[in-house]
Amino acid sequence: MAGLMSRASMVVKAKFSKLLDHAEDPAETLDYSYERQLELLQNVKRGIADVVTAKKRLELQETQLQQSVVKLDTQARQALAANREDLARQALERKSGLQQQLQGLDQQAQQLEQEKLVTSEKALSAKVEAFRTQKETIKAQYSAAEAQVRIGEAATGIGEQMADTGLAIQRAKDKTDQMQARASAIDELTTSGALEDFTSDQTELDRQLGAIASQSQVDDELAKMKAEVGSGDKQKELQQ
Amino acid sequence: MIVRLMGEGQFEIDDEVAKGLNDLDEQAAQAVEAGDEERLSELLRRMAEAVRTNGARVPDEHLDASEAIVPPDDLSLDEARRLFEDEGLIPDLPAAS
Repeated sequence: MAGLMSRASMVVKAKFSKLLDHAEDPAETLDYSYERQLELLQNVKRGIADVVTAKKRLELQETQLQQSVVKLDTQARQALAANREDLARQALERKSGLQQQLQGLDQQAQQLEQEKLVTSEKALSAKVEAFRTQKETIKAQYSAAEAQVRIGEAATGIGEQMADTGLAIQRAKDKTDQMQARASAIDELTTSGALEDFTSDQTELDRQLGAIASQSQVDDELAKMKAEVGSGDKQKELQQ
Repeated sequence: MIVRLMGEGQFEIDDEVAKGLNDLDEQAAQAVEAGDEERLSELLRRMAEAVRTNGARVPDEHLDASEAIVPPDDLSLDEARRLFEDEGLIPDLPAAS
């Protein structure tokens, strides 16, 4: 059985000879191929931009979740201080739920490997640019008539370049498509409300804790007033 | 001889390195046959590493064909099948019409 290297060479050569069979004017074909590479590269770039946006949105949601977790922790403490273990339990249960969501989001964010996409896109841009130079070299080396009949070593070399660039672009596109699909799945999840609405700032817990807080504030003020009124009475008594 | 790491570029390697590369290549082909993705990745990585470490990078302006083409080192089993069996992974080269 043939090794992978020779099989890869065969595939590349087959692609190139298929191209030559159809190409009437090699120079034109090279130019066209370059234009096509640029076009595909633009598609990949747009795809990456979408993934980057999705990742930012996800990170924003994570930050909001983290803030909610901190807030719930504080609320649990406040509730305990007010001897309301039931409320404290509610807060902690909610916190634990949010932490699970946070973990899920984190995993999903990690799967959006936009840095990798950006790195491979840069390598790809460099490849396409190199191809531009190479095709000009080839075009300068052969007159159109010559190129029709003489497919020399250099032409095979550029065929290899074209196949290699084609493969690199195809794979970058596949990966970007996958990431985009993931990103939109996450988007759907959040917009359909499958994730708990952690951004609402007035929860039942907030209201109850608020009630406790205002009750104790009323109690405090009342006690303070009583003390003032009481001491006022005493002063009156002294004056008389 | 000149080998190409797909997605990366061409390298000049000596016979000793080429021999080692061929050994790894045979094993990689077996890994594809056996459907062993982990083994395939490991072997492709070792092949790429051998070329990168022991080979001299050929400038992009160079236009000679390679004697061997090493598939990308992160090629999945599925991609390997598409590449070798139905030639689908490399898109047809666009001909001006």
